[in-house]
Amino acid sequence: MCRFGYVRRCAATLNPILGAVASRQKHTLPDLPYDYGALEPHICAEIMQLHHSKHHATYVNNLNVTEEKYQEALAKGDVTAQVSLQPALKFNGGGHINHAIFWTNLSPNGGGEPQGKLLEAIKRDFGSFQKMKDKISAATVAVQGSGWGWLGFDKDSGRLRIAACANQDPLQGTTGLIPLLGIDVWEHAYYLQYKNVRPDYVKAIWNVVNWENVSERLQAAKK
Amino acid sequence: GHINHTIFWTNLSPNGGGEPQGELSEAIKRDFGSFQKMKEKMSAATVAVQGSGWGWLGFDKDSGRLRIAACGNQDPLQGTTGLVPLLGIDVWEHAYYLQYKNVRPDY
Repeated sequence: MCRFGYVRRCAATLNPILGAVASRQKHTLPDLPYDYGALEPHICAEIMQLHHSKHHATYVNNLNVTEEKYQEALAKGDVTAQVSLQPALKFNGGGHINHAIFWTNLSPNGGGEPQGKLLEAIKRDFGSFQKMKDKISAATVAVQGSGWGWLGFDKDSGRLRIAACANQDPLQGTTGLIPLLGIDVWEHAYYLQYKNVRPDYVKAIWNVVNWENVSERLQAAKK
Repeated sequence: GHINHTIFWTNLSPNGGGEPQGELSEAIKRDFGSFQKMKEKMSAATVAVQGSGWGWLGFDKDSGRLRIAACGNQDPLQGTTGLVPLLGIDVWEHAYYLQYKNVRPDY
């Protein structure tokens, strides 16, 4: 009788967990906030279409597949399988995070200069807006292979920092910095238009940077 | 980058394709079971490279065996793994993007 009661209690606590597992929400591809051609002539429509509907979409799909496998491995207590899935989680999870940020960092109404508290922080931490642009551009162009340049916020010091990450390594997950503005320098981000001339792409992207979005991210990061 | 590309241009030919012959073919059969199996294994490893890199068919002098490997970025096979490079497949996006776009497996 006691054992029967025990089993029933276990089942009662287990069902909500199984229910939660079964109804885990999948990641979805966010809509682009503007048309594929909206950033021309700085980033062409063909790049934006492939970048969003193919590259980002693939990260989302593969993230969902990997998370499902990871959940199974956790449920079975299979640590070997968990570890073997971690590179795919980092790659596809990072890819999804990075691109979701990137689309909001850009705008057809972008360019110009940052304002208000963001501008103050940039002047304080880099000397001037131009110096910050030069520094992040240099770090971004210098990425070896595929990767991203980032303007990030360091919560510990309350300062803005420039960083570069390889592949799809997500800034916050790998460095702790909170991402404000990212520049994708995987070749798929610019090759169709700029070919091998990465510096021209990095120079052009300033015309479409959405400083309002970067400011919002800084505000949120300070909380 | 210099080492890898210098090998790559010689690995390709307008008269290329078909199947390997002679001792190379024997070694492939011995170490992978068949030419088809070697092609599939190497193709899978090459397509799976995360980011920029290369797939390689290499020779392990210690064991005398052929091995498949992948390297990130421009890491040269011999300098980083000791394997002697025989055939490399460049999967940096610049190697295929203008023609194959995101579809690396087709390239």
